[in-house]
Amino acid sequence: MVRWILILISLLFVGTFIVLPLVTVFAEALRQGARAYVAALADPDALSAIGLTLTVAAIAVPLNLVFGVVAAWAIAKFEFRGKSLLITLIDLPFSVSPVISGLIYVLLFGLQGWLGPFLSEQGFKIIFAVPGIVLATIFVTFPFVARELIPLMQEQGTDEEEAALVLGASGWQTFWRVTLPNIRWGLLYGVLLCNARAMGEFGAVSVVSGHIRGLTNTMPLHVEILYNEYNFVASFAVASLLALLALVTLSAKSAIEWKIGRGLKGRGH
Amino acid sequence: MTSSSALLDHAPARVHDPERRAGARVETLALTQASPPISADETPPRSPAVRAAVPWRPRSIIPGFGLTLGLTLAWLGLIVMLPLVALFARAASLDAHRLIETVLSDRVLAALQLSFGAALAAGLANAVFGSLLAWVLVRYRFPGRRLVDALIDVPFALPTAVAGIALTALYAENGWLGAPLADLGIKVAFTPLGVFVALVFISLPFVVRTIEPVLEDLSPEIEEAAACLGASRWQTIRRVIIPILFPALATGFALAFARAVGEYGSVIFIAGNLPMVSEIAPLLIVIKLEEYAYGEATAVAAVMLLISFALLLAINLLQRWSRRHMERR
Repeated sequence: MVRWILILISLLFVGTFIVLPLVTVFAEALRQGARAYVAALADPDALSAIGLTLTVAAIAVPLNLVFGVVAAWAIAKFEFRGKSLLITLIDLPFSVSPVISGLIYVLLFGLQGWLGPFLSEQGFKIIFAVPGIVLATIFVTFPFVARELIPLMQEQGTDEEEAALVLGASGWQTFWRVTLPNIRWGLLYGVLLCNARAMGEFGAVSVVSGHIRGLTNTMPLHVEILYNEYNFVASFAVASLLALLALVTLSAKSAIEWKIGRGLKGRGH
Repeated sequence: MTSSSALLDHAPARVHDPERRAGARVETLALTQASPPISADETPPRSPAVRAAVPWRPRSIIPGFGLTLGLTLAWLGLIVMLPLVALFARAASLDAHRLIETVLSDRVLAALQLSFGAALAAGLANAVFGSLLAWVLVRYRFPGRRLVDALIDVPFALPTAVAGIALTALYAENGWLGAPLADLGIKVAFTPLGVFVALVFISLPFVVRTIEPVLEDLSPEIEEAAACLGASRWQTIRRVIIPILFPALATGFALAFARAVGEYGSVIFIAGNLPMVSEIAPLLIVIKLEEYAYGEATAVAAVMLLISFALLLAINLLQRWSRRHMERR
């Protein structure tokens, strides 16, 4: 009996706090019908925001993917002093507010920053332009792949790699043929989370972007601009795309978890 | 050949015999060409004195240490450390008097109070409801259980701006939840209460996900033993389950709190953003940046960062303590 009361309370909690907001996004987006929805998405500024979001993700995610694999290899396959300091430093972007993540790049590259005046003399515009957005996104999505791979590779140990090396494989061959297949699901998982965050990042990008419509607006920023103009349907329409991205990410995540046997175990009564 | 199979036999354990290991290494290196070939008579010195002067990590046949560590440090340095150093250098270069004046000004104090206070309240609320959720998900079976488990991660995956406008639309006075609440006289949107609701939303997964593994590992035998020894259900919960869960709960709370303190996107739409009333600290930083008051923005950011670093340290210490505590059992 108590059990069902607890289950009910939990379902109510999840329903109120998670399901309702999700449903609201789509309900508000379609409030004026499907045609207004499509028109909002076909708007040139919206399309350029979508394009910019995809571009930024296409740069940030592969870079952080490579970094994550490299860092996980260094940390998991070797013993050295200072390893836990390194892991803490890699986790650093997680504990920093997104706004501060943007602020530090403004302090570095802005017109009053360290490198800003020098770079702008050379003609490089970083803050209030796309490179700044890419940098800020790289910062906030930095740890995802590494955090996923490090425990996985530590768990897998070095036996298989050592065996391969003994049998005559070169370093690269060992990596491609032994390590990579072992970590592929963790890698995919990390890339998924990294991508979701890269496309959805708001605070850090908001600080560095300058909000120039059609040029330096990513999708989340475009959502904000439309919302502040009281153009609710268009705002929710673009937001619904992001919400769909989140749902796809979650489904893929669940599929991978199911595949590798993680997630909720069967035990229950 | 015998040496290489000896290496295979001993691969998991670290062979402490320096001579055997050195000998095996030479054979292996020659076989695999993982490093530049060493000629047979260039065997590594075998005396313990030389081995004591060995570098800061044990030798390993796995290649790529220098390359990967170098790349990691370079990337980390460029992307993470350099900008953070810029921040602290900027903060340090501020006139100390102005720094303290900025941080202690009414507006900044009110913003910090709201950010940290609402985050604390949201963390506590999530500690309670998150534990409940984790318990229900791990211990009970009911239709839709897997779906609910997947839904827990929504606040983690949903972009913060989307969450912000959705929550605002929901709790505004003509919203689905806002309207009935307004009838009861409770105003959520554009008040500090709205900030609280938004923070509960985005920090929900942290507590649940931290507690779930611990609950899964909690074998029912412990509870059965307690029941056999005469404990009531409530006593079992209080004296057996909660102490076991506490470290994970504390860690989850700290993670939720840290995330909630810095949250920007989900909060600024629902908050109302009135200075001194419903303005959060990250928003204050953005406002000061837009006014080109870089110094003041840096000051507020530095204070927030210091508190975040302290939290990270606390989380690490907590985890280490809880691990030691559990191992002692």
